Amino acid sequence: MTPGALPLGDPAPADGLLPGQAAAGAVDRAFGLYVHIPFCAVRCGYCDFNTYTATELGGGASQDAYGGTAVREVEFAARAMAASGLPERRLSTVFFGGGTPTLLAAGELTRILGAAVGRWGLEDGAEVTTEANPDSVTRESLQELADGGFTRVSFGMQSAVPHVLKVLDRTHSPERVPQAVAWAREAGLNVSVDLIYGTPGESVADWETSVRTALSYEPDHISAYSLIVEEGTKLAAQIRRGQVPNIDDDDHAVKYELADALFQEAGLSWYEVSNWARTPGDACRHNLAYWRGDDWWGIGPGAHSHVGGVRWWNVKHPTAYANRLDRGESPAAGRETLDPDTRELERVMLTSRLSEGLKIGTLGPSARHAVAGLIAAELVDPVKAFHGTLVLTLKGRLLGDAVTRALLD
Amino acid sequence: MSPMARTAPVPAATDPAIIRNFCIIAHIDHGKSTLADRMLQLTGVVQQRDMKAQYLDRMDIERERGITIKSQAVRIPWEVDGTSYCLNMIDTPGHVDFTYEVSRSLAACEGAILLVDAAQGIEAQTLANLYLAMENNLTIIPVLNKIDLPAAQPEKYAAELANLIGGRPEDVLQVSGKTGMGVEALLDQIVRELPAPVGDANAPARAMIFDSVYDTYRGVVTYVRVIDGSLSPREKIQMMSTRATHELLEIGVSSPEPHPSKGLGVGEVGYLITGVKDVRQSKVGDTVTTFLKPATQALAGYHDAKPMVFSGLYPMDGADYPVLRDALEKLMLNDAALVYEPETSAALGFGFRVGFLGLLHLEITRERLEREHNLDLISTAPNVEYEVTLEDKKVMRVTNPSEYPSGKIAEVREPMVAATILAPTEFVGAIMELCQSRRGILGGMDYLSEDRVEIRYRLPLAEIVFDFFDILKSKTRGYGSLDWKADGEQVSDLVKVDILLQGEQVDAFSAITHRDKAYAYGVMMTGKLRELIPRQQFEVPIQAAIGARIIARESIRAIRKDVLAKCYGGDISRKRKLLEKQKEGKKRMKMVGRVEVPQEAFIAALTTGESPKDKSKK
Repeated sequence: MTPGALPLGDPAPADGLLPGQAAAGAVDRAFGLYVHIPFCAVRCGYCDFNTYTATELGGGASQDAYGGTAVREVEFAARAMAASGLPERRLSTVFFGGGTPTLLAAGELTRILGAAVGRWGLEDGAEVTTEANPDSVTRESLQELADGGFTRVSFGMQSAVPHVLKVLDRTHSPERVPQAVAWAREAGLNVSVDLIYGTPGESVADWETSVRTALSYEPDHISAYSLIVEEGTKLAAQIRRGQVPNIDDDDHAVKYELADALFQEAGLSWYEVSNWARTPGDACRHNLAYWRGDDWWGIGPGAHSHVGGVRWWNVKHPTAYANRLDRGESPAAGRETLDPDTRELERVMLTSRLSEGLKIGTLGPSARHAVAGLIAAELVDPVKAFHGTLVLTLKGRLLGDAVTRALLD
Repeated sequence: MSPMARTAPVPAATDPAIIRNFCIIAHIDHGKSTLADRMLQLTGVVQQRDMKAQYLDRMDIERERGITIKSQAVRIPWEVDGTSYCLNMIDTPGHVDFTYEVSRSLAACEGAILLVDAAQGIEAQTLANLYLAMENNLTIIPVLNKIDLPAAQPEKYAAELANLIGGRPEDVLQVSGKTGMGVEALLDQIVRELPAPVGDANAPARAMIFDSVYDTYRGVVTYVRVIDGSLSPREKIQMMSTRATHELLEIGVSSPEPHPSKGLGVGEVGYLITGVKDVRQSKVGDTVTTFLKPATQALAGYHDAKPMVFSGLYPMDGADYPVLRDALEKLMLNDAALVYEPETSAALGFGFRVGFLGLLHLEITRERLEREHNLDLISTAPNVEYEVTLEDKKVMRVTNPSEYPSGKIAEVREPMVAATILAPTEFVGAIMELCQSRRGILGGMDYLSEDRVEIRYRLPLAEIVFDFFDILKSKTRGYGSLDWKADGEQVSDLVKVDILLQGEQVDAFSAITHRDKAYAYGVMMTGKLRELIPRQQFEVPIQAAIGARIIARESIRAIRKDVLAKCYGGDISRKRKLLEKQKEGKKRMKMVGRVEVPQEAFIAALTTGESPKDKSKK
């Protein structure tokens, strides 16, 4: 996942060496790899991710050469981490995101994966996911991914309602999804589907249709996100011009509550604000690593990385990215080294989103004091809090940022 | 043409017969300061190379806004027919709020130049000051300025001026302060037409204070015009209003830099320095006499400056309260009209209730506090002073709506003003409609010329202190001008409207209004607040009430969603920064009960929307 606007940070050194704090305690943290594939068949109107249509790019950034460029960053990452004093760690998760990873041939994806596994090795039972567009997979390609080491696929379904898909500029036909899900199961892959709610023009009934349709495929995992209108997207411009109605937080709340009820009824439980899994083992471990503050290296233009309280992000444009790696330089555009207070802020912000919750005993006195107020406001589960863990209620999940702010005061 | 005077008359030894004391009555932008600069240059008192544009306007704000707040006097020599004369030019403040100061400046003169922009004609305040000058029996020299402008209409406006002062259009002088054209002729005219001052040189000294300015290095500098007798250095002087005595440390004339002299005689204009540190000890309008040979009768016309408009001033950051207190103390040294007392608002914290002469005075003061002391201030909606008589006959004076008594009220009196509006005739309908809607009573109407009219209304001051002038300007496409002066009080059917957030009264939003306008105020303010206050985790009712009776209500629905749906690897930094920003923002929140109200909401709800700068260009 690489959002469009990069943060402002400190300059990143060309040799990619990390500050001393990155290595501290690394043996106790999981290590994951994110691989960004910056290609899409078409650009969706709501998307601000760093992605390009196939014909936009040339050279080392072209679709054909991209696999080789990504492998060069894998090599670079291995060298930089070793030189920064980080211990050898096997990969516990790998996640291919985009863009549309499946626009690259399955062989290209497995080649990049193979290079990473060759360099670091995989833990037993490691999770290897790729995002996929239902339109860009076949029975054969999914089988090839499974054979090449992938264990999980996440389909960008978004909606089952044609007029909603049209506003989102999604090209796939809704009927494609059950077919793709069936092929993925056949290949032995764990299956997740992504949904988006709150698209302008989507009624509550439309959303219920999408949720029920997604559930009818019996996925192992569902992510459901409210539509976020990002500045600079086509959708933002259409809303500004009054061509489509603006999004409405109250509508989002209604749809979130509806989805949560239907998911639960179907046997899926929430484990993060926007994610539900059939069993705890079906939760996406790669994403959990983000929220738990583990380490990951992000490969690809605009990709973000985090190692021991050091966050950095690569240059956005695929050509600039490829050129950096060709010269043997770090593709990082900037980075930030978090101080203990900032790391604590992130820990509270991220772990409070999880059903496994935040240990109240780890909080400072004023945050602990705030918990009572959050219980009174029905944002935090009182029983779990009594047992020492802060876990959000349904109302609390919808007001999660307010909970974080209360804990930061 | 007269040459520059070869020998300037010496202060303290100048025959009153060769003295001419005059001021310039003009509207802002009509070029008074430019003309004054040109006179300083032509008479040689300021060398070309020292010339700053608008030499007499000292303060930055004055120079930036092109207005004169404090007046000063300059002694200039000028020769006519071989005789050297001494001209004292007394600069008058050009704004409606400073009518009293203007009246004292006029009382120091025998004549006035009525200066009018040849492209714009006379404006309401100029007209008001002209009437004031005529009441003081001043000789008026009508002058059209900026005749070099392509848009100048000298014939039209000469006729207008002649009509006003009862002269002939061809006697109206035409000058250009910018090019200097006609300025020498004007200086000659001053010498020839204005009467020389008359006074008794042997009588006990009487000098009128027409201005008093605080200087960091010298203390208070007092500007006087000697009527009778004389003042000399090292003499003990006495203020007749308080009988306070001061040692005279220095006496002199401005030309325009200060020049100490051997004293000041009958008809002369100059400055005194006594070492006092507060302009309140040297009040405009007061009479200065000597301690050893005091006069028995003070000069007429003195009164204390009376604040008309009140506003609460609060530091945006509560920690700045001591800075604001010190800043007000300092400002008071130089502004005898400023009054203030500490005040506490549940919503805004610690601040001051400050009394001003008028809206411009308020805005200038606020701007000076912010600029010179690096403060961020919130000012509450301006109020007037009400006299409330309770049923038990107790009388209260209320300058802050939150002090309005809740008990049984027998009668409320509010201050009234006599307003004069000048505008092209085509806007008469719109102006009358506006004044009528502000509870105005038409006093009369006169044509200044074929297409310009003077309209007089009696209005409650409260109705003109907020947005009246802005609306007048927009209804007259910028051509309307306004002047007002206090005109007693009247009994009115007034009520206090309170605003309640979740049942808690927010003192900063209370207002005293006419009963007929209470509902409109309630609807306006509750609606405004509904837009300005962010949604909370619970529903927040907003009500407007008169006593216990609710007259308007709105409600802010509870927020239901406040969470970022997507929070993955690349979102984390962005999200964290947003939270840090929100945390900062929370520091600027004021709690009203359980409701978090952003500082910005207070400011937006208490202001009309346009910048104070636009309002002051009257």
